[in-house]
Amino acid sequence: MVEITIRKRPRTEAVVTQRKFFKKTARGKVIKVLRERYLRDDVTCGIEGCRVCSESSDATLPSSGSLDHSSYPDGHFVLPDTNVFLAQMDLMESPLFSPPIILLQTVMEEVRHRSLPLYNRLKALVKADDKQIWVFYNEYRSETAVIREEGETPNDRNDRGIRKATSWYNSHISITRPPVKGQPNRPLPTVVLLTDDVANRQKAEKEGIACISVRKYVEASKDSGKLSDLLSAPGSDNIEPTRAAGARQVLYPDYLPMSTLIAGVKAGQLHQGHFNANQYNYLEGNVPVSAFEKPILLIGRENMNRAVQGDVVVVEVFDPKEWKAPADEVVDQETTLKNDDADDSEEEVEDEEGITERKVMQSEASIRSLSAKQPTGRIVGIIKRNWRSYVCHIESTSLMSSNPTSLSQQTVFATPVSRLLPRIRMRTRQAPTLLGQKILVTIDRWDATSRYPDGHFVRALGRAESKEAEQESLLLEYDVPYRPFGKAILDCLPSEGDAWVVPPKADAVPEWKDREDLRGLIICSIDPPGCQDIDDALHARPLPNGNIEAGVHIADVSHFVHPDTPMDNEAAARGSTVYLVDKRIDMLPSLLGTNLCSLRPHVERLAFSVIWELTPEADIVNVRFTKSVIASKSAFTYDEAQVRKDDPNLNDDLTKSIRLLNSLAQKLKAGRMAAGALNLASPEVKIHLDSAESSDPIDVEQKVLKETNSLVEEFMLLANISVAQKIQETFPQTAVLRRHLPPPPTNFEKLKDILQKRKGMTLDVSSSGALAASLDQCVDLEEPAFNTLVRIMTTRCMLSAEYFCSGSVARDTFGHYGLASPIYTHFTSPIRRYADVLAHRQLAAAINFSPLHATLHSKSHIERVLEIVNRRHRMAQMAGRASVEFYVGLALKSRSEKETVIEDAFVIRTFRNGLGVFVSKLGIEGLVMFKREIQFDADNYTISVPSASGAESTTIAVFDKVRVQIEVEKDKNTQRGKVKMTLVSPIDSRAL
Amino acid sequence: MSSRIEILNDGGYRSDGRRQYELRDITIDMTPQGSADGCASIAHGLTQVSVSVFGPREAKQRSQTLHDRAVLNVEVNVLPFSTGERRRRGRADRRILELAASIKATFEPVVQTTLYPRAQIDIFVSVQQQDGGLLPACINGTTLALAAAGVPLLDFVCAVSAGVHGAAALLDLSALEEGDLPHAAVAVLPRTKKVTLAALETRLHVDRFAEVFRLACDAGQTIHAEMRRAVRTRTQELVAAMGAGPRAGPGEHVDRDVAMDDDAADY
Ligand SMILES: [Zn+2]
Repeated sequence: MVEITIRKRPRTEAVVTQRKFFKKTARGKVIKVLRERYLRDDVTCGIEGCRVCSESSDATLPSSGSLDHSSYPDGHFVLPDTNVFLAQMDLMESPLFSPPIILLQTVMEEVRHRSLPLYNRLKALVKADDKQIWVFYNEYRSETAVIREEGETPNDRNDRGIRKATSWYNSHISITRPPVKGQPNRPLPTVVLLTDDVANRQKAEKEGIACISVRKYVEASKDSGKLSDLLSAPGSDNIEPTRAAGARQVLYPDYLPMSTLIAGVKAGQLHQGHFNANQYNYLEGNVPVSAFEKPILLIGRENMNRAVQGDVVVVEVFDPKEWKAPADEVVDQETTLKNDDADDSEEEVEDEEGITERKVMQSEASIRSLSAKQPTGRIVGIIKRNWRSYVCHIESTSLMSSNPTSLSQQTVFATPVSRLLPRIRMRTRQAPTLLGQKILVTIDRWDATSRYPDGHFVRALGRAESKEAEQESLLLEYDVPYRPFGKAILDCLPSEGDAWVVPPKADAVPEWKDREDLRGLIICSIDPPGCQDIDDALHARPLPNGNIEAGVHIADVSHFVHPDTPMDNEAAARGSTVYLVDKRIDMLPSLLGTNLCSLRPHVERLAFSVIWELTPEADIVNVRFTKSVIASKSAFTYDEAQVRKDDPNLNDDLTKSIRLLNSLAQKLKAGRMAAGALNLASPEVKIHLDSAESSDPIDVEQKVLKETNSLVEEFMLLANISVAQKIQETFPQTAVLRRHLPPPPTNFEKLKDILQKRKGMTLDVSSSGALAASLDQCVDLEEPAFNTLVRIMTTRCMLSAEYFCSGSVARDTFGHYGLASPIYTHFTSPIRRYADVLAHRQLAAAINFSPLHATLHSKSHIERVLEIVNRRHRMAQMAGRASVEFYVGLALKSRSEKETVIEDAFVIRTFRNGLGVFVSKLGIEGLVMFKREIQFDADNYTISVPSASGAESTTIAVFDKVRVQIEVEKDKNTQRGKVKMTLVSPIDSRAL
Repeated sequence: MSSRIEILNDGGYRSDGRRQYELRDITIDMTPQGSADGCASIAHGLTQVSVSVFGPREAKQRSQTLHDRAVLNVEVNVLPFSTGERRRRGRADRRILELAASIKATFEPVVQTTLYPRAQIDIFVSVQQQDGGLLPACINGTTLALAAAGVPLLDFVCAVSAGVHGAAALLDLSALEEGDLPHAAVAVLPRTKKVTLAALETRLHVDRFAEVFRLACDAGQTIHAEMRRAVRTRTQELVAAMGAGPRAGPGEHVDRDVAMDDDAADY
């Protein structure tokens, strides 16, 4: 029994601990709010060996503090105020910044109120193994709790609380270490208040509290050179305090106050949405909002008003007379703004670049197509910034001095790798050494007087184009957690390590409790070559009654990963294993993923089995779920399984089982297709690495799907659907499911129009079945790849599938559009997807194998977890694709050094000054740009290029097949390889 | 925006500084008020309730009497300023009727009504301030007021609320916590360990309920000790006021309380 006590509250404390106040709600009602607080004396200081705070076993602060700082020879602890975390998180996170830190509850809560992303980073920091941070709950300790005095702002109250806690710490240290007679007085470490607030420092000094500004602290610490780069760009008022504010040109309109924004959005006059930058044209962006079918178009810098990709913004829509179509031109930031000077761009009243930009805009405006108008508008405010750290290159032209030994501070431009982001201005002392490297840069602020956002350097990732730097930058760019698993996580693994085996069968053995012994079944797995994390295995055998028993056996991950353990929390945070071409970032420690859970052949493994009785027509007679022990008889690759199935000389049980599975799979697939499932395509290519050491790609190959791919897929779909039905039945409020919403018809408008005009084909998007049927009709007999191209383009019009909690959405929105299934979940890959682990736990509870963990009963908990998993899932896919792209680039580079690379390509977009093409053999997209004037017909998706003589012209349209020459040239400025495409046929564009 | 407040932070503290299994301060005042036969004011944290008991006495309305036992009549009055939103609740307000019905149902099996056929026991509950755990406070207050009035009870009734936050169970929820968590109110008879009330306010899975339920039962024992102490103090005051040991008259219920004490001490 746990100890249950009553928290006694002395009467005298009531003034401090009870609060009654009145609050006005949004609707204008006045509400009385009652709050009380219990003050305690058992909140511990966290200093090792403290004699007063008894439970200091988990203390994280060394008893003498840090002795590394020159200003504090007797040792010190750092106690930062809220703004330090808000403004200098990168410094705090740097491994070079390592003093013991006291983090006050007051500070934590203030950070939480101000910014959730920063709060989450702060929480991660507290848990990090390499940091010494102690959270001191000062608001609950009787000596350090403060109440707001009359007329005091919350800010002042918090500052006072922070000072009070600092002085408490200092006296606590001296009280707990009284001088010992006969021994020399040991000097006591100091607790130093770290704050950039001048007023607060003055007050602290008056009260005799040691305090220091962040910059001063950093300048006197060990790695001051490297650390000072991490300091965020200081506010405009203290950069150059002498310059009058009026002298600066205001380049952007000011934002409206938050209250006006919220009121305007509520009233429907303003619209809220996420800002999307246009990857082809940096002077254009859009914001999809619920009030309009088409996203609101923002044309020009002023209208985009300092929004950065992903920010939540508020838009004012212009009069319909001013509505326009998006530009049909490719506008590249690097070329248009190549002469902008990082150091002085904010002063010039009307500089050259501004004029260039304006010219571009004007010429564009005159020829915007009239047909596809959409609402236009301007951003009047930002609800929430979604800034993070971005992988960038330093632009060599922005350097004043490239002398490698120069340590002078320079202002330079950092260009993000992503085309969706503006270049960032930052100050650094390491500029020359950072040239040619991939670096991480954070945006700090974007003032109305500054054309570009200001940021600061976080760290260098390595030489551009080196595999390590590219790999890490990719992981950072897609926010993939890739730190090695910590000790607490590894401690959750079975103590036997890789010696763990399924224990011999016996009644008393817990592993065998309620498990079926399926070791005798002829089970095998079929996977891509080299697969180490084998999630699934299958079997099929005829039954005496003429039906067939088929089984899908999934690795029993939930036997090893228990809810709410460090390993479970880490897996939930990672959400998914990420596959890059040359690296796999595991969701679970590899002991589980590639060994104990992996259903390897010839060893006994724990599994979670779904076993059906199917008619020979593949109709389900019944299904059951059981935990089991299996022993796979073989692990095939798709090819091996295919060969075995097709070999007429083989007639063993295993082969028969594969054939049986295959015939069922064909019927299952036919059934699905009849129900309206879509057969979509994505541009998938495979990279062959010739050897592990050099990992130079020798070949890029399009993925070919075999019959056996489909075999496995069909059974996995069937298992997922059966499990989804079962857990939804048992836990109608909290089942973890997956759905794919039907795409809004407007998504297809453009594709439909192009198909109609260019090919005379009709796309029927009224239902998934109709779409599937009309896609089958989109065939060009001379061009077999055309159908695949249409499927790829269709896929891009779709919404993405998502995990959801069954109690959170309406029952009629459960369906999976692409699979044409009314219900679906993910169950079959628990080694690499966290949602599957949850489904396993719910299924285990549904069959009364084990009780469901508390958290899986909570709708809000599941929603929270799934939100993260959905995001990670998306990011993992994008990271995987980007990795393939990088290797395709490398392959192209090595090929183009030997020969001229010329490939077939389809035109997928037309611009006023170029073509967007898709090279299906390489799975890449590219741009062909024309320098010379060409004729552009936006309504018919064609361009016409006059021949050199000027007599006749060549017309190129979307879906036309062309031949392009592909080169990889090194961008002189950013030092990164850039794929450049030029047209070879029907005309040669190199001269154009 | 309640989501901005952390229900249970990483340090294991709740938003008011308590830990998971810590109950709020309980203050009990059993000073007689007016003409009531028994009175008790109880505060669970900032929730304040006072209960007056009249009877057993002759029923006012003949038609409502029962020939073999006494009738319990529970009336609840919620003061308009007791809650966040100032609101006058009539006696016929559904929530108030429900509260009264829960209290009545809780005490019907506990009060030895058969000793007083055709009589009536009136319980008037006045809610002065609400900050979560209203029903438990009403029940605990009623137990004390009945004891003070000398109404024979089979046992004390001790109630507490409990909720679930993620995997953690929390005891004695404040209004803020009640707004965020699935929770239940449980009333136990500490002597027999029987449960006379389990009121679920929100959806809670049966597995989770069992755990919360056990915890609430244990917490009932802690509350019992606190209530017993209050009764004993009151008894001693009475004894001191009368200048001597137990006598006839009020001594009757004093004795019973002490006896109940001893029985309960077994736990
Ligand atoms: Zn201490």
